[in-house]
Amino acid sequence: MTPRYPVRIPRARVVVLDLAGDLRAEAREDLEAAYDEAASREPQTVVLNLSDVGYIDSTGIALLVGLLARARRDGRDVTAYGLSAHYRQIFTITRLSEFITIYDDEPSALGHVTASA
Amino acid sequence: MPRRGWVSPWRSGPPASPPDPLPTTTVAFDPDDPLVEHLAQVAEPIALDRIDLDSPGVRALKAAGMALLVPLVTSGELVGLLALGPRRSEREYSTNDRRLLQDLATHAAPAVRVAQLVREQEAEVLSRQRIEQELHVARLIQQQFLPKSLPEMPGWHVAAHYQPAREVGGDFYDFLQLPGGQVGIVIGDVTDKGVPAALVMATTHSILRAEAARLLAPGEVLRRANALLVEEMPANMFVTCLYAVLDPASGRLRYANAGHDLPYLRRAEGVVELRATGMPLGLLPDMDYEEKEVRLEPGQGVLFHSDGVVEAHDPERTMFGFPRLKELVAGATSETDLIDRVLTHLAAFTGPDWEQEDDITLVTLSRTATAAVIGMDGPTDAAGLPPQARVLAAFTVASEPGGERAVLPRLAAAVDPLGLPALRRDALATAVAEATMNAIEHGNGNRPELPVRLVVAATDDAVLVTVTDRAVHGPSPEGPEQPDLDAKLAGRQSPRGWGLYLMRNLVDEVRTRDQVGGHTVELVLHRDGVAS
Repeated sequence: MTPRYPVRIPRARVVVLDLAGDLRAEAREDLEAAYDEAASREPQTVVLNLSDVGYIDSTGIALLVGLLARARRDGRDVTAYGLSAHYRQIFTITRLSEFITIYDDEPSALGHVTASA
Repeated sequence: MPRRGWVSPWRSGPPASPPDPLPTTTVAFDPDDPLVEHLAQVAEPIALDRIDLDSPGVRALKAAGMALLVPLVTSGELVGLLALGPRRSEREYSTNDRRLLQDLATHAAPAVRVAQLVREQEAEVLSRQRIEQELHVARLIQQQFLPKSLPEMPGWHVAAHYQPAREVGGDFYDFLQLPGGQVGIVIGDVTDKGVPAALVMATTHSILRAEAARLLAPGEVLRRANALLVEEMPANMFVTCLYAVLDPASGRLRYANAGHDLPYLRRAEGVVELRATGMPLGLLPDMDYEEKEVRLEPGQGVLFHSDGVVEAHDPERTMFGFPRLKELVAGATSETDLIDRVLTHLAAFTGPDWEQEDDITLVTLSRTATAAVIGMDGPTDAAGLPPQARVLAAFTVASEPGGERAVLPRLAAAVDPLGLPALRRDALATAVAEATMNAIEHGNGNRPELPVRLVVAATDDAVLVTVTDRAVHGPSPEGPEQPDLDAKLAGRQSPRGWGLYLMRNLVDEVRTRDQVGGHTVELVLHRDGVAS
């Protein structure tokens, strides 16, 4: 089965999940499949590309919490880029921003990964 | 051994069967027969031929061949009679015989009385069950025809209370959706009680609905309803009824009255009765009904009522009366809690042991705000908005998964003229979507036929959005527990449960209120607030 969300490996031990559309409860299976796919590459860092996500609601936040919990159990970092100011605010309100480092775009997200590697 | 005759008791019910197969004779006589009182006084065995009374009972007993009467008396009351034929030995009854019979009577009488009481009680229980059953049917009929929901109009508040007496009294009320967004309001009372009243109420209800759909003028509706009801009405019954038509846009209220209690209009200048003359429905053919009209301004309201309130009595038999009710209306500043206040005052007046004498029906209508409705496509509830609020939009969404997404473009269009900063606008949108999602899932239980109603309004200082569901599934199960990300990541809390938390952190105020048949979340975003 092809996951709805493409998974890319731009760097060694870095996987980018290109999320798209609405991030709501209905996206659970797709998101889990994408994470499974990413995890099979044994990355140190999972990067969430949210540039094409137009809508996140509380059930989408719950999915991100679930993904973050899995990644932390697996000992992986999670970062994200492409959030609008509004969703940055929501990441702050929910404190997700304390666990998911947020970057403006992909180069800065990957640049950070490289610098820290 | 004496021959025995069983005298049928003057209490109701057939005589008990004798315990042995000896022949018995039935002699019936009237409870008013002078013999009854005579035997109660004698209270001991007495020979029939020594009774000198002009009594059909005595004649009947003699004709049946009886000789000795043994009255069964207890507590001075004759409860039975043992009538004996002549002794078989053809000798007179001896003193010993009589003493024995008197002993027997003394012991038997209380037992007979107990048996009679038991039988009376059984009959009474049966009859009470029949009455209860009939009341139950009457209530069912009545409830069938009471409206299931209140009309919802932006800028208006409507409330209703119906409280049937134990003997269902025939009150009714109704709301009708009429062409052009107008709303018909009916309140009425059928004379008589129970099933007959409920059936007449059902007929009246149907006729009014049919006529109101064809005719807009209230006087004409009542004239036609009367003409049809006169033909159908059982003797000695009639219906009082007030019919009003409200145009919510202008506040114009047209009304006609078929002998019903006058509604009260509350204005700043005082309370006035809304008078219009007309005979009750179903009494006489060819009646005309005066039609009057009044314009309700914001802050004004009307109380429609049935006579169950004003005709309630206190323990000293003083009537509640119109002046008390009028005073309560005058003391109100809005109609939103008027029904509660009337019921509270009524309860204090009648005292705790009051058995409600008649049905009580109260309907309030008040104009809360100046509604400038844009893009309304469904019923809404603007109750509770401050009077100075302008309604920007009012609409409904079906309770289907994802219904909250459909709200967002409409919300965006409604608040666009306010020129909110983008971050504030987005914060409001997410908060409204979360409130709507809760309403769909928790309030309405994902039942697509139940609408979630949204009203978007603005004052100079704030944007207000109310989200109202039908509260069929109770409040959101998120409860008071604050979502804690550490606990969630450690698996000690469900990853979900963010909705209310997000709302509270995205807008400036989140208020909830429960009303009959609905739960409302009100979100307030201050217009001068800065993006947090």
